[in-house]
Amino acid sequence: MASSKNILKMENITMQFGGVVAVDNLSLEVNEGEIVSLIGPNGAGKTTAFNVVTGVYAPTNGAVWFNGNKIVENHPRRKMKKLYAGKDKTVFNGHLEPTPDKITKLGIARTFQNIRLWKSQTVFDNVLIAKHLRRTSNVFSATFRLNWKEEKKQREETAELLKILGLYDVKDELCTSLPYGLQRRLEIARALATNPTLLLLDEPAAGMNPQETADLTDFIRRIRTDFHLSVFMIEHHMDLVMDISDRIYVLNFGALIAQGTPDEIQNNPDVIAAYLGEAEEDTDFSDKPYAEEEEAE
Amino acid sequence: MENTNKKRDLFIGFGLLALLFIVLVILEQTVRPTSILFTVLKKGAIYALVAVSMNLLNGFTGLFSLGQAGFMLLGAYTYAIFTIPVEARAQVYQYFDGGAIQFTLPVIVAMILAGLVAAFFAYLIGLPVLHLKSDYLAIATLGFAEILRAIFQWDKLGVITNGSNLLRKYPVFKTSTFYFAISGICIALIVLLINSTYGRAFKAIRDDEVAAEAMGINLAHHKRMAFTISSFFAGISGALLAMFQTTIQASQFKSAMTYEILLIVVIGGIGSVSGSCISSFLFIACSEWWLRFLDNANLNFTSIQILRPGFRKVVFSVVIMCIVLFYQKGIMGDKEFSIKGIAGFFKKLKSKRNK
Amino acid sequence: MNFFQTNLPYILAGISTGGQYALIAIGYTMVYGILRLINFAHGDVFMAAGLIMIYSYTVMPLWVSIPLTIILTVLIGFSIERIAYKPLRTAPRMSIMISAIGMSYMIQNLALYITGGLLKTYPKIPWISDSITIFGAITKRVTVITPFLTIILVVGLVLLIKYTKIGMAMRAVSRDFETAQLMGIKIDSVISMTFIIGSFLAAVGSILFFSNYPGVTPTVGGMPGLKAFVAAVFGGIGSIPGAVIGAFLIGICENIIKGLGWTTFSDAFTFVLLICVLMFMPTGLFGEKQTDKV
Repeated sequence: MASSKNILKMENITMQFGGVVAVDNLSLEVNEGEIVSLIGPNGAGKTTAFNVVTGVYAPTNGAVWFNGNKIVENHPRRKMKKLYAGKDKTVFNGHLEPTPDKITKLGIARTFQNIRLWKSQTVFDNVLIAKHLRRTSNVFSATFRLNWKEEKKQREETAELLKILGLYDVKDELCTSLPYGLQRRLEIARALATNPTLLLLDEPAAGMNPQETADLTDFIRRIRTDFHLSVFMIEHHMDLVMDISDRIYVLNFGALIAQGTPDEIQNNPDVIAAYLGEAEEDTDFSDKPYAEEEEAE
Repeated sequence: MENTNKKRDLFIGFGLLALLFIVLVILEQTVRPTSILFTVLKKGAIYALVAVSMNLLNGFTGLFSLGQAGFMLLGAYTYAIFTIPVEARAQVYQYFDGGAIQFTLPVIVAMILAGLVAAFFAYLIGLPVLHLKSDYLAIATLGFAEILRAIFQWDKLGVITNGSNLLRKYPVFKTSTFYFAISGICIALIVLLINSTYGRAFKAIRDDEVAAEAMGINLAHHKRMAFTISSFFAGISGALLAMFQTTIQASQFKSAMTYEILLIVVIGGIGSVSGSCISSFLFIACSEWWLRFLDNANLNFTSIQILRPGFRKVVFSVVIMCIVLFYQKGIMGDKEFSIKGIAGFFKKLKSKRNK
Repeated sequence: MNFFQTNLPYILAGISTGGQYALIAIGYTMVYGILRLINFAHGDVFMAAGLIMIYSYTVMPLWVSIPLTIILTVLIGFSIERIAYKPLRTAPRMSIMISAIGMSYMIQNLALYITGGLLKTYPKIPWISDSITIFGAITKRVTVITPFLTIILVVGLVLLIKYTKIGMAMRAVSRDFETAQLMGIKIDSVISMTFIIGSFLAAVGSILFFSNYPGVTPTVGGMPGLKAFVAAVFGGIGSIPGAVIGAFLIGICENIIKGLGWTTFSDAFTFVLLICVLMFMPTGLFGEKQTDKV
């Protein structure tokens, strides 16, 4: 189902804020059609990694590739000296710091951990505004309505999108009057309106009960197929993660500690230790009462 | 169903505007020309335009800028400088040997140029300043307005600006309909912009600029656009003000003028165009006309003269403070004037009375 | 040496003005540090102090009117906070700034009404208004006293903030408003204290300032207020030593520019400085960088 064409590649990404290393030499990949999850305890640096991909932060070091093109790159000056002192000069030779809107134009869209809808706008307008980036008309033709064809087309596309995602009935409501689950869905609809190839979901199931989470699981699978997307997801709901992911990366204290299929991750001791804390080492159960009982059986 | 309602509202809207113009023309013919009514109407129209332009920036894009007085200054001076008749220049620029500019432009061209000059300076100022947080942006734009004022009062540039002296003898228009027409056209353009896709992008920036950027809206580009367009119209309103006052001087474009415009916007409702228009007329009417009696020395109750010049402004300021403190949404909140709104208002009154 | 001699009056004037601006700037920076509010009305409180002095001097002797001025100014500052800022503490930032602007507008109009718009002459306070000669330059004694008095007051304030309980409370509130409230700090008292201290310093500053000027007009508070604010921004908003340094810088440069003959631009210097600070060093000299969490 997933081809091996590489959509997203993060290469040796380090993100440092003053003395705090939020992301430590992270490398990961998302291939076409895959649903890849990024998991880890709170504060592990997952949203920071997202923010590097979407251009909110320029990484302290490393590069991000999208569809085979380098879209983000940075390197600390000191490292540059070391590189030029005789080692690998070809790896980092540039300085690419695009703003988030440029990255969205390339085809990467995202949702936010705390829903960031435009509160004064209706459901319809929230999605319509997300289509603004694809406009070819300038402010004059827009003001004098010379762009009425483009406007009509975008409105039709918005209506279509809302119908597909089951939001058409509430399209004229203020987005703040929607229940929480629908607001999350609206945020995903808004991201889809930008015509992305890669969708970044930041904790889409946050605050949802098991039923809503199950609905969301089907929903994400459906849009992956219907919209020909690749999905890169941060999530804490393990049932959603294990159910839907093709591959999982596990982050702790900013560094990658494990990667693999859901089965591999579930049985990985490092992952268990990271979430539950270290088990006591060298525990010898032979002198405990129940051990003898077992032997007796 | 929706479309017919919209068309009906549009017709009613046009009907009201036409009615307004007819009323104006009738007033011009009947009431004596020196009546305070015309001062209020003209000044109200001018301030309505600059208030709407400020609302575009503050209310619709969320950029708290306090530089309007500076752009009005640019517009007013551009208009005046390029329309003073060549014969009169020697008299006006008496300390500067007639001034450097010895030609005139037609009035409409000069007015548009006024807007363009203001927009140009807005573009330059916006480049470094628009990414700052709201308080800092306010102070930075205030600072630029003050710098502009100092530059225009500088003697060395007097060959163009006439230094700290008045500029006068440029062509003016006497009829209120002219001011209403120009303001009306400009405000209509702003409304068209607000309801277009770019206007929606501005509102998205106001509501959540992080999300707007994530959805592909380039913040720097759009903020600069809003700033430039708002200043263009502020420049035109400056040109209108120059015509209204028949003389202009840089020293009058102080930050106090910006504060008055800001207060008009707040009273009318941040985010409501019709609110700004209504409150502009109310503001001007109160400060120039209706509260005049408070300055009248013939009405005193005690031996201390309470009612004397200045009392009017004190009462006025207190009223404004009350509105700011208790009625923060302003007159219209963020809604626009609509027939539906008025109908709804009366229905509510009726139901309250029936209870 | 000759340059120094001809410009000494300006440099001295600069140091003196700088001290006066510093006393006003502290009020701005403290209020902004705690409430994140630019108190536009602060400059007008400064002006009001001048007017109060003038009016009380007509009916009372000097040793009464000076303390009375200070007490009444403090009262005005305190009342402004209670009336115009406290009700809007939960409102969006723009509302409270507009309230400050509205308050400034109201005070100016009140002053205009009371004085009739005419310049009111400031009383000559004996001893500090006397002319003295320093290094061959003739100036008033107040010019020399101001910097010393300013430094003493600033040191006193810094000690207060560092070593007293209320000072610690003020520091906590300026760090994190909500958490300080949760920790049981009486926010209202802390905020009132901030305004009281700010107004007290503004009152002292006004006495020193107007001893050097012919009189008080209702709009005279605007410019010094704005300049003091720029000083606070330059020094890093929320930092008291920064505001003081910024104020002296502005005072001295402004007067040197006047000395060089470019009087029209002495005011503009302040704004050019502001633009430079905002463009190249927005957090000021001693300010803290704030990152927004996405």
